[in-house]
Amino acid sequence: MSNLTVRHMPSSSGLATLWSMGVIVLVTLPLILPPYYVGLVVKMMVFALFAMSLDLLLGYAGMPSLGHAAYFGMAAYTTGLLALKAGWTVWLALPAGIAMAALTSVVFGLLALRTRGSYFLMITLALSQVLWGIAFGWRSLTGGDDGLPEVPRPNLSLPWSMSDNTPFYYFVLLFFVVGTLVLVRIVASPFGYVLRGIRESETRMLVLGYNVWRYKLVAFVVAAAFAGLAGCLYVYFNRFVSPDYVHVVRSAEVLLMVILGGAGTLIGPAVGATLIVLLENLISTYTERWVTVLGIIYVLVALLAPNGIAGLIASLRKQRGRP
Amino acid sequence: MFWVIQTLNGISFGMLLFLLAAGLSLIYGLMKILNLTHGSFYLWGGYIGLMVVHSTGSLFLAALLSSLAIAFVGMLMERLLLRRLHLQELPQTLLTFGFLFIFSDLAIFIWGGNPQTMPKPAMFSQSVQLGDFFYPSYRLFIIAFGLLVAALLWWLQEGTRLGAMLRAGVDDEEIARALGINVSLLFTLVFALGAFLAALGGTMGGPIMGVYPGADFEVMLLGFVVVIVGGLGSLKGALVGGLIVGLLDNFGKVFFPEFALFTIFAPMALILAVRPHGLFGRE
Repeated sequence: MSNLTVRHMPSSSGLATLWSMGVIVLVTLPLILPPYYVGLVVKMMVFALFAMSLDLLLGYAGMPSLGHAAYFGMAAYTTGLLALKAGWTVWLALPAGIAMAALTSVVFGLLALRTRGSYFLMITLALSQVLWGIAFGWRSLTGGDDGLPEVPRPNLSLPWSMSDNTPFYYFVLLFFVVGTLVLVRIVASPFGYVLRGIRESETRMLVLGYNVWRYKLVAFVVAAAFAGLAGCLYVYFNRFVSPDYVHVVRSAEVLLMVILGGAGTLIGPAVGATLIVLLENLISTYTERWVTVLGIIYVLVALLAPNGIAGLIASLRKQRGRP
Repeated sequence: MFWVIQTLNGISFGMLLFLLAAGLSLIYGLMKILNLTHGSFYLWGGYIGLMVVHSTGSLFLAALLSSLAIAFVGMLMERLLLRRLHLQELPQTLLTFGFLFIFSDLAIFIWGGNPQTMPKPAMFSQSVQLGDFFYPSYRLFIIAFGLLVAALLWWLQEGTRLGAMLRAGVDDEEIARALGINVSLLFTLVFALGAFLAALGGTMGGPIMGVYPGADFEVMLLGFVVVIVGGLGSLKGALVGGLIVGLLDNFGKVFFPEFALFTIFAPMALILAVRPHGLFGRE
């Protein structure tokens, strides 16, 4: 696992400049881009948040989940149902969605956290499919295969309607920036360092007196809560939720984003998410066989860049450092 | 009578799951690969089998040819790609998932999106009388066939030199290599065998399950549940797990059609809570 991390990070002030530049770019983008692409950037931000939440688990705590879509989808269904059928406002429906995601992760965590590695992958995958099965089968509540259409966009009683993509963009941007900042803080906190310790050697952390299991459970729940936030934002954006939100294809997709960008770096998975959303969009306009192309991307990433873009950059730097 | 019929249905489906899970389990036991492409082997086995049945009329020939073809595909995958990612579980996961995507999309491209039915062999097209009711003989045949394969695999693993080498490789790969066992060849053989069994399940299961897009994902998940319940790397686990999941799936669909998957997963969660590595799994 240790070779997944990138040790050559820019200094923290350099990083802060990078982040603030990123925010400025994101704030100005809707003024330049045509409306369709504004929507595309919203999708990128949502998936970047989703990928960063998995990175906390995979890259920092070393827990490879193949069922992360469970929390994304659980939150999306909760928020979607509450907004659509109970008419809850966003300020109630969104926290409810996140809470349901976190609650689900407590239950799943209790079952999955006793295992590691391949078993953990397999069990998280199987557990997430339980939710898919329910979403698919419980037609009277979830609409089954057809999903729930016409989920309303949030009504913020502002002069700008959230039905337009640009005001909604800023709504998502707010959550994206705050969410990212919180994740960055978590990763840089003592808690974040304990997670890295667990990734490197669980037994050593146990010997040092850390309650490893409890740290892993907290990481699992926090990651699920952020995945839930992404799911809530996505259901408001798409105004639709279907069993696809929970499917293993989505879990694998976010895993690909994290690994493509470079696990254990936060910014890497955000970049990975941006690239994959962009690629999917591009490829699906050019060919009907875009699933095949996506499959080839999976294979290429596995073979050529198992440590992701961040890993490639780090190894390039190392090469340059050596005369 | 209802119970006997539904139990037999569950057991015959369980035997198909065993064919899948045995391969998954053997592959994991030896090379620690979680093969997500396994469902594709099943589906492609079914489609290739269908083509052979349509041109020759023989299901058994179809099962043999399609399984050999898929075993060859598995061999290529292992030799050319998976071998480079030895013991790197995340890249392996991405690679096998990528192939699941590729195979599933190409299957739709080649064979179209409509579900297809596999004709039963003439020998087993009738129902047989069991006491005072009739039961399709093909399902009974599948149960016998599954037991036969289980016995063969058991003999292969416990009674042959190859099996002894396999067990040595599972126990300690490095020592096995040091003893002069060609572990690298063993890897290829086991991966090909796993693919063979999955394709066999796809063809032989065709007359019961049909061959349709999406079956690859479905059976892959059920295969994983079997392995979780039975324990990774255990042949006995694959058989017992296959029967448990087959029966649960069948009765779940009968009694709680809205929550069909839930009836499998709730017991799985229970087993996990008590035995995190499955009934017969080793840590």
